[in-house]
Amino acid sequence: MRDVAIVSFAQSAKAREIRNEIEILMPVVQEAVRNSKLPRQEIGFTCSGSSDYLQGQSFAFVGALDAVGAWPPIKESHVEMDGAWALYEAWIKIQTGDVDSALVYSFGKSSPGDLPEILALQLDPYTMTPLWPDADSLAALQARAFLEATGKSERDLAQVVARSRRDAVGNPHAVVSGAVDVEKLLAEPHYRSPLRAHDLPPITDGASAMVVVAGERARKLCERPVWIRGFDHRIEPLGLGLRDLARSASTEIAGQKAGVHKGKVDFAELHAPYAHQELILRAALGLGENVTINPSGGALASHPLMVAGLIRIGEAATRIMARRGDRAVAHATQGPCLQQNLVCVLEGD
Amino acid sequence: MELVKSITTPVVLDYDYVTGRAQSRFLRGIAEGRILGQRCVECRRVYVPSRGACGRCGVRTEEEIQVADKGTVTTFCIVRVPSENLSFNPPYVCAAVLLDGADIPFNHVLQECALEDVRMGMRVQAVWVERELLGPTMSSIRYFKPIAEPDAAFDTFKEHL
Amino acid sequence: MAERSAVIGIGQTKYDAKRIDVSMPGLLREAALRALEDADLGFADIDAVVIGKAPDMFEGVMMPELFLAEALGGAGKPMIRVHTAGSVGGSTGIVASSLVESGVFERVLCVAFEKQSESNAMWALTVSTPFSVAVVAGAGGYFAPLIRAYIRRSGAPEDTGIRVALKDRQNALKNPYAHVKIPDITFDQVMNSPMLWDPIRYLETCPSSDGACAMIFASERAAAKAPGKPAWVHATAMRSEPTMFAGRDQVNPLAARMNAKDLYAKARITNPRAEIDCAEIYVPFSWFEPMWLESMGFAEEGSGWKMTYEGATALDGDLPVNMSGGVLSSNPIGASGLIRFAEAAMQVRGQAGGHQVDGVHKALGHAYGGGSQYFSTYIVADHKP
Repeated sequence: MRDVAIVSFAQSAKAREIRNEIEILMPVVQEAVRNSKLPRQEIGFTCSGSSDYLQGQSFAFVGALDAVGAWPPIKESHVEMDGAWALYEAWIKIQTGDVDSALVYSFGKSSPGDLPEILALQLDPYTMTPLWPDADSLAALQARAFLEATGKSERDLAQVVARSRRDAVGNPHAVVSGAVDVEKLLAEPHYRSPLRAHDLPPITDGASAMVVVAGERARKLCERPVWIRGFDHRIEPLGLGLRDLARSASTEIAGQKAGVHKGKVDFAELHAPYAHQELILRAALGLGENVTINPSGGALASHPLMVAGLIRIGEAATRIMARRGDRAVAHATQGPCLQQNLVCVLEGD
Repeated sequence: MELVKSITTPVVLDYDYVTGRAQSRFLRGIAEGRILGQRCVECRRVYVPSRGACGRCGVRTEEEIQVADKGTVTTFCIVRVPSENLSFNPPYVCAAVLLDGADIPFNHVLQECALEDVRMGMRVQAVWVERELLGPTMSSIRYFKPIAEPDAAFDTFKEHL
Repeated sequence: MAERSAVIGIGQTKYDAKRIDVSMPGLLREAALRALEDADLGFADIDAVVIGKAPDMFEGVMMPELFLAEALGGAGKPMIRVHTAGSVGGSTGIVASSLVESGVFERVLCVAFEKQSESNAMWALTVSTPFSVAVVAGAGGYFAPLIRAYIRRSGAPEDTGIRVALKDRQNALKNPYAHVKIPDITFDQVMNSPMLWDPIRYLETCPSSDGACAMIFASERAAAKAPGKPAWVHATAMRSEPTMFAGRDQVNPLAARMNAKDLYAKARITNPRAEIDCAEIYVPFSWFEPMWLESMGFAEEGSGWKMTYEGATALDGDLPVNMSGGVLSSNPIGASGLIRFAEAAMQVRGQAGGHQVDGVHKALGHAYGGGSQYFSTYIVADHKP
């Protein structure tokens, strides 16, 4: 296996952008490329993640090529998934030896459409979509199952929210942040019982980009490159009745395969769009109470769909580069109720 | 018992379409009867409609240039097959028009000419809607029509094919 | 460095305008089960799944691979969904092969599909946006002007496209999976078919089809245990360029030429015309055959049409092209690229039945997408690289 490291990362997130996707993406890509210190032409492979339905247009990713300097023609690919999986494809490409470096990016605006309604299309079209269950309601179903199975309470959820918002104060890309009292949170009415509005991810428009490099070269480009020590992802059946919603079996498998506990975990960036999901994921990855979760504020502070997973990896890498931790776990998810999960173990020199 | 073979689920999703800054400026120009392009800071080429980025260089296009509303047909096709979302009734000519001053052609419809007369190199002029109907939309230009100018030489536009 | 990768199983569905006899999972499983049977494997033997398809508006389901993964035995496994516009089928095969070449996985199942009868394909291709005027009439409307430009640049005779269509449609009659089959098809029939987007006629145009294609890529070790003859991957290549920029050549795109150069360099091919025995090339409108022959380096620029005219690309020519009937005969958009890859591998493995070319050692699979801007290609052979 070749050693691959993250050498740069950039992101943009805002509650509602007046810029279009290309205008949002271009400066983010330029920043990541510039900070990688690699000339654009030398980056061997480019891979991105985005969703047509999110944008309401077919081939939504094609226009993005204008933002990334695809001339002369580049080796490039795209997944209709969160950017974290585009990173995975790039990592695989580097393992084949075909390329030694890659630019990975993803973008998405959640504000133009009614996101929970759009996500009702992300279900079984024969048996589920015709009922139009919105994403928030499905998450609430899972939350109910989780609370009853584990004995956790709504107070536990409120504590996740309060901590996330407080930590997000230090994050310039957070769209929701601030000190907030747990009692005040619990006094709010339910939105989709047992979830309250603050247990949901904020609608966010954003983009992120990352450059990864194989081998020694990474050390020449970056003062403290962040090595990908383990990388795995798994999917479960979509049907809610086919899985135990109180746990994330695919995250458990991915965590094992990625070798989460082959070393000490200083902190974790977990992609938990809903508050209760953080508790599910923490358990799935076997992270003890002493492990800091989502020092960035996590997805509850900023959640550009199709980007948030890659941002978890980028936030973790940024923290390690700044020597505020040595080894971390980053996680990404997509699909209803944590259906598909990716785990990436990162370590600095 | 009859098996269910299919179901129909109507899907209606509303999206707020955001043009972005460059297209917004372009459309406001159209509302004033002007066609605006943008020049790439690196390769100096003028893009019409302005889209904010030069795909060749991967950088923003900033400098605004007004281009003429007449130009050359670089290539074309005659559309004969009807389709739901088309704005015109077939048969019609869909032409790539390189406006004078622009470095990239864009597609529009040719009218007021016989189908067999359409040729590469033809000189054409935009026909706008009445002044009071101008708005920030491409349909402010109704179509392009041929004008009495000699055809452009192949060499002048062959790099745009 | 890369591990070797080989194709050990291939499965296709019958392609048709509307496969109302199966649901989406049923369609994918038809192809996947055939591929597994071909490789004498079960779903449990597969380590990872790659699904490829074109825009989700074609079925009206957002990210359908999420609900389909389970039907492909994907539960508990890694699953990736590739989307690179029309070239996606090819990219799907390349990603699957990469998973094996990386050394991380032994057996990877990939399925590319489209069940576009479930939604409205014409609409899905060009969902219109506000402030714009819909003038470009579908894919044909986009490509027809480029074809006109090719005819002008090359001086090709106007009936070149008709000859390509005739050949591909005759080949389709020998392919049990093909969608469009016109028995006793003649030159005049193609010539007299309605002109859709001048110069493209109805019979020179691809159909809209439902269908799926599945392939199993395996490591050297796994291929050694497979029953059939493996088709060894000698090279894969991907290249993209932006859609619209001043001075872009869409007739002979640089991305296509660079893709070919990269592919041949990796496969150590110096004379493609002589060293490659046959090719499955993405030709959705007849004239793309001569155009792609040029950009893939089989013919000099401006001379691709001569290969068609001389019969070089016929089933009995020296470089048969689209022995399966090609995209002109079957076009489930998301699958078409992988079908090219699959048919090339079938030729190498001697599985092509009625449209088998004798003595194929090395074959090329090619896919393109978008505004002639995405290119995914590979070369397979009957011997290890």
